[in-house]
Amino acid sequence: MSQGDEPSFETGVVKKFLYLNRKAPYGTVYALEVLEMVLISAAFEQDVHLAFVDDGVYQIRKGQDTKSVEMKSFLPTYRALEGYDIEKLYVEKESMEERGLTSGDFVVPVEVIDRAAMGSLIDSMDVVLGG
Amino acid sequence: MSYEVNGKTVDHDEEGYITEIGSWSEEIAKIIAQAEGVAMTDEHWEVIRFLREYYNEYQIAPAVRVLTKAVAKKLGPEKGNNKYLYELFPYGPGKQACKIAGLPKPTGCV
Repeated sequence: MSQGDEPSFETGVVKKFLYLNRKAPYGTVYALEVLEMVLISAAFEQDVHLAFVDDGVYQIRKGQDTKSVEMKSFLPTYRALEGYDIEKLYVEKESMEERGLTSGDFVVPVEVIDRAAMGSLIDSMDVVLGG
Repeated sequence: MSYEVNGKTVDHDEEGYITEIGSWSEEIAKIIAQAEGVAMTDEHWEVIRFLREYYNEYQIAPAVRVLTKAVAKKLGPEKGNNKYLYELFPYGPGKQACKIAGLPKPTGCV
């Protein structure tokens, strides 16, 4: 390995990534596209975080029935994240409560944090990708 | 493009992955395996069955690292390792075993 500040796979530079989910799971491709991006990024062994705010909290809500929209539900795939070592999942408290949800309504274990803490979390990341 | 099995045709993409997961059967698995040069044994079928169960549960084909770890958990460390899985599926337990199992190409597999 040569000297220098150039990041490379050999030096194992790990960045904090945050995938910010803001939209309902169906109707647009954002939720599914972000989920696929997360699964792909897992191969690069970065410090991956997922946050669910606004209607994004619906993405991991239990009991989705997608028959009437004629789409395959990708809800079960969120449960696979643990196997990909992606376990830092955050839900914004205000978004959750405004929609009448509680932390027991989600298919995966999440940490519920308030809006101010979400702001700090976003601020502490190296890379933030919205969807 | 399609496979022929018992007079029925099953569509596949340009890499040989069947396009409709519900059209999979053990007969099709044997045909795909033959095309891949894989002689199926009980050990192969065990991994194929495992992949089908994984897909049913999570709706995705696992990345090879995740597959290896999950196999170790379910079938023991003597099977959940790269050496064992690559001996069964030389072109990669992700790509090749998923193809035989009728799953899509693993997400993130390039």
